[in-house]
Amino acid sequence: MLPAPTTKVRGVSVDVPSFSRINRDEPSLVVDHLSVRYGDLVAVDAVSFSAYAGQVTAVLGPNGAGKTSTIEVCEGLRRASSGHVRVLGLDPTKDHRALANEMGVMLQEGGIYPSARPIDVVRQFCGLYGSGKTQFANPQELIDLVGLTERQKTSWRRLSGGEKQRLSLALALASQPRIIFLDEPTSGVDVNGRATIRDIIRRLADDGVTVILATHELDEAEKICDRVVIFDKGKVLVEGTLDDVRKARRTVRLRTVRPLMLDDMPENLAGWLIEDAPCDYSIEDAPQGLIAALAVWLSERGIDVVELRTGMASLEDVFKKLTGGES
Amino acid sequence: MKVSSSPFRAQLRAELQILARNGEQLLLTLIIPVILLVFFGTTDVLPTGFDDHMDFLTPGIIALAIMSSSMVSLGIATGFERSYKVLKRLGVTPLGRPRWLAAKIVTVLLMQIVQLIILIPVALLLDWQSDDAQWLLAVAAVAVGSVAFAGLGLFIAGRLRAEINLAAQNGLYLLLLLLGGMVIPFDELPAPVAAVAKVLPSGALADVLRDALVGQADRPGTSWIVLGIWAVLTPVIAAATFRWE
Repeated sequence: MLPAPTTKVRGVSVDVPSFSRINRDEPSLVVDHLSVRYGDLVAVDAVSFSAYAGQVTAVLGPNGAGKTSTIEVCEGLRRASSGHVRVLGLDPTKDHRALANEMGVMLQEGGIYPSARPIDVVRQFCGLYGSGKTQFANPQELIDLVGLTERQKTSWRRLSGGEKQRLSLALALASQPRIIFLDEPTSGVDVNGRATIRDIIRRLADDGVTVILATHELDEAEKICDRVVIFDKGKVLVEGTLDDVRKARRTVRLRTVRPLMLDDMPENLAGWLIEDAPCDYSIEDAPQGLIAALAVWLSERGIDVVELRTGMASLEDVFKKLTGGES
Repeated sequence: MKVSSSPFRAQLRAELQILARNGEQLLLTLIIPVILLVFFGTTDVLPTGFDDHMDFLTPGIIALAIMSSSMVSLGIATGFERSYKVLKRLGVTPLGRPRWLAAKIVTVLLMQIVQLIILIPVALLLDWQSDDAQWLLAVAAVAVGSVAFAGLGLFIAGRLRAEINLAAQNGLYLLLLLLGGMVIPFDELPAPVAAVAKVLPSGALADVLRDALVGQADRPGTSWIVLGIWAVLTPVIAAATFRWE
């Protein structure tokens, strides 16, 4: 077991609770041809993907893409219509009690009685895992960790949106989880709160926890995730490491002083250029030699270039390309 | 910091904390029954038909208190927990439904003990004579009545939206208060209404409590059967129809 790392939350050093470690090579979450149907509606259509210990796996997709239904099957809250799910080697429905002892869950919203105080509800949740653990999570440490020390005796209904999210994260940590499902954890959270949550998520993964992060906030996901699963219309469009997914969509950004006359340009160059805005162009999946040929052509015509940059696509670019721009 | 050593105790502690922080539930379960007992106990305006109006009133108010704790308070709290996704959140912990239900039951029982600790001395102070009371029979009546009302409260809470559930529980409380034979005798109701009132759990509980506490019931045997049927049917229906989300 690694020594408990220390993090700073609003100037106060606190120990991050230590979490169990498991085999990082075997997938700790396996979703195999999972389908979820509500009457005639197919919410999830033969979806397969995996997640690993020690990694943050971001589950992305537009509203209604099937993310929540899939995650709820993994959590044991919903039954699969067909297909299989194994979480830490367990069946989420049949082995629910055993899995619940090892799993942390952060709902997108709610889950707490409005008159309850953070310290009381965190103490309650630490106690709920009492019979399955040799040692309790420390409620005060969890409150300190998520930066709610000064608000621990304020009723839930008086907390800000970000404070509610951080309390919800503290409850997810009460199980000292080996796998944690986080649904929009940074939604409504201010900049400082986001940094705190990001730091906790990263440390969880570094300590061997499997983190499943469902979010619409692509820039947040890109900062902390290792793997990406992109959903759309009930199907998985792409799954892989963040770098693999971004590399698969290499982009070139070209900005010029004056607009290009694409009609004057040879077809083997103009055919690749996408005009994002006047004087602003991009090229996706450029073949070898294209950039050099473009640079020569621009130079020969004395067209000044403000920026010519190659690189991996951002997660947002990939997401928009795959889902048609809806996030 | 002390953490409860079992999921059940952790949940029970949370239930009691929420109860204590919700003043409106204390109003409903404690203050209103005490006010009604003191008001009608001191004014003697009810046409009870009993020699001592406290013999009619005390069992009736105890029945009202049991209804308020086991049906209204439990039902409203559970409805809001469903609405706020508290039940969904607990569903992904090791607590499990049996221990959740056990924590609810013990919370209601503790509330009822507090109700009786307050109501019975108040009734005695108002000159109620408890010499003929069969306390074990009264406890049995309270237990069976609690099951019947809890099933009814959870049935409503498990189907309706939180705000509609709140209105429905309070509306039913008022309706049963007026029709239930608790403070208004069946004889004072129009005959068709009285016929219906006698097969309601409120009327049956008040009647069996009058049998147990003062030995002056309207029809104790029938009331026990009526109450027993409610106590079997409502939990079964609630369990079959309850929607956790």
